[in-house]
Amino acid sequence: MADTMARRHRIDPLGALLAALGAAALLWLPFVVFKLNRILPGDARTLSQVLPLSASVACDAGLLLIALVALGVADSRVRLAAGLLGVIIVAAAVATAGNLLTPAGNRVVRVAPGSGFWLLLAAVALMATDAITRLRPRPAVRVLMLALFGAIAVGALAHGSFDHLSIMREYAVNADRFARELRQHVWLALSSLAAAIVVALPLGILCHRVPRLRAGALASLNVIQTIPAIALYGILMAPLGALAAAVPLAARLGIRGIGTAPAVLALFLYSLLPVVANTVAGLRRVSPAAVEAARGMGMTRWQILTAIELVLALPTILTGIRIVLVQNIGLVTVAALIGGGGLGVFVFQGIGQTAIDLVLLGAIPTVALAFAAAVLLDALVESMNRARQ
Amino acid sequence: MISIDQLSKQYGGTTVVDRVSMDIERNSITVIVGTSGSGKSTLLRMINRLVEPSSGRVFIDGSDTAAEPAHLLRRRIGYAIQGNGLFPHRTVAENIATVPRLLGWQPARVRARVEQLLSVFQLDAAQFAGKFPHQLSGGQQQRVGVARALAAEPALLLMDEPFGALDPIIRGKAQEDLLAIQRHFGTTIVLVTHDMDEAFRLGSRVAVMSQGRVLQYDRPAVLITRPADPFVSQLTGLADRAMRLLSLTTAGEAAVPGPSGALEIAASASLRDALSELLWRGADSVTVVDADGTVRGRLTVASILAHGRPG
Repeated sequence: MADTMARRHRIDPLGALLAALGAAALLWLPFVVFKLNRILPGDARTLSQVLPLSASVACDAGLLLIALVALGVADSRVRLAAGLLGVIIVAAAVATAGNLLTPAGNRVVRVAPGSGFWLLLAAVALMATDAITRLRPRPAVRVLMLALFGAIAVGALAHGSFDHLSIMREYAVNADRFARELRQHVWLALSSLAAAIVVALPLGILCHRVPRLRAGALASLNVIQTIPAIALYGILMAPLGALAAAVPLAARLGIRGIGTAPAVLALFLYSLLPVVANTVAGLRRVSPAAVEAARGMGMTRWQILTAIELVLALPTILTGIRIVLVQNIGLVTVAALIGGGGLGVFVFQGIGQTAIDLVLLGAIPTVALAFAAAVLLDALVESMNRARQ
Repeated sequence: MISIDQLSKQYGGTTVVDRVSMDIERNSITVIVGTSGSGKSTLLRMINRLVEPSSGRVFIDGSDTAAEPAHLLRRRIGYAIQGNGLFPHRTVAENIATVPRLLGWQPARVRARVEQLLSVFQLDAAQFAGKFPHQLSGGQQQRVGVARALAAEPALLLMDEPFGALDPIIRGKAQEDLLAIQRHFGTTIVLVTHDMDEAFRLGSRVAVMSQGRVLQYDRPAVLITRPADPFVSQLTGLADRAMRLLSLTTAGEAAVPGPSGALEIAASASLRDALSELLWRGADSVTVVDADGTVRGRLTVASILAHGRPG
């Protein structure tokens, strides 16, 4: 009892850090930046400068309460509730700020979320995710939570709550292209992953069976992994261009020095190492006695591979696939540079126009996609490991 | 009956098994014993062709084992190994059902067989069928391993150091169980071990291997009383060979007629146990009784000692 009392009164270190960050963001950093148009630098506004006094006080009080929970409450369920409340408060505040600062009918001024907003959002979101981690929900529950939060976010965006914010202004202008590039982004990431699995899985099995092949294959794939993405695109440009020039059929199939083909090929190459290495590692982890017994009982090599070895190696292989998928979702962004499309199009266009809102229109969905992919595959791996425990 | 004919295995230039010929009796336990590197495991693994012989042949009931695909041959032969090799992702019932399923048995027949084996191995089906191997103790895992090897009712069971990973007390129990199982199913068992006590305890016949050759292949008592090679007598142990000999005969077999006394011993106990009991009690004779209490006769110190001498 004394022990739990002592624990209850101890200050949570992560909570202290998050509370300090949040307080600093709220007091000194701009919550929103008001710009007369999308290019001009704007002037910074703190939360209290934007919201009416009553709303501002309510916000501050809410955030103070959340900070206190972060500092001193050990119960993860309370911490989760407080973190989620924080996300809602911060989101509502920025939406309100957008609506209040934008004159009616004006489509030129921009209200951009400022560094204070992002830091506050990060602090409360971290608090919520940390609480979820401490609660150790079952994999299915984690996927449900992801779906729920995703649906709420998409719902709020579709409802128009944030329409006066700069990023949503960029979205409104680019809505058609956004849908297209989002699909392209997902397609590039998944197709290169699928191609990599088709090649890497047999290659990994072969490396496991033939030890002499293993060192050489893994070393070569390692070298590919060290080439920066932009350099790899450059390296692939010449041979693919030559191929397209020499073989008209290849050109008709869309294989060119720039565009989708080199993008997919580069992502495919990057994807090989994690899948091959994890396939080898997974197969090595399989108990030799189990394989020996399987052989002794008259299972064929194919039966041993599919019913024993691969099943036992699957969680490790899926971990490799998770690494690749998250990595690819990030790397696809760079593919925009060589005309491969994807959300990177907005990032590089935004950089070119010094329009940071456009950059964020590409970057934020990319991060969200990678996060969702990580949660989904982690849940899958864990549910498999649980099934056999 | 299994007939092994001039069986050899070479790896590169090294001969691991060297022209071994032996006949293995049906419905009995034959033990191959030897030090590590003697080729005993390789010999065993050539019977079910986990290792393909370099030369020589193996016949089971007259048919050459090389004549059918190796994996089909293995499905007819039970195989149990040290550390049991259970599939960690499959339940006890699924593990046991492995070979019956490979053979395409009807599900109902598979279920019935699994339940029968679990009860024979003293594992409650309701409690154990759905468990995963890591939820079992070492002794239970080992029993499931043997049950799995016997699942498809093989006439022949090969065991490679099956009790090697068990601690001594559980090992003794496992050996006892194996003898009971062998009597129950009448399976022909070939077992490989490096443990001479285990060999003498289980084997009706024991083959001693060294450097790829079978030095002597006979009944345990003959190995002790008439070793064919210095290595055999070294392996069987010179110092306690008389006690080993006593341990091969049961009190029931050695009982002689005579008056009954108060001190009793079970007919299944060995003469070694009987002598130990007499020494401990300071008695001169002990009455031998069956499990149902019938008096089988008696043993005196002198009659026991007579069994501890060769010839």
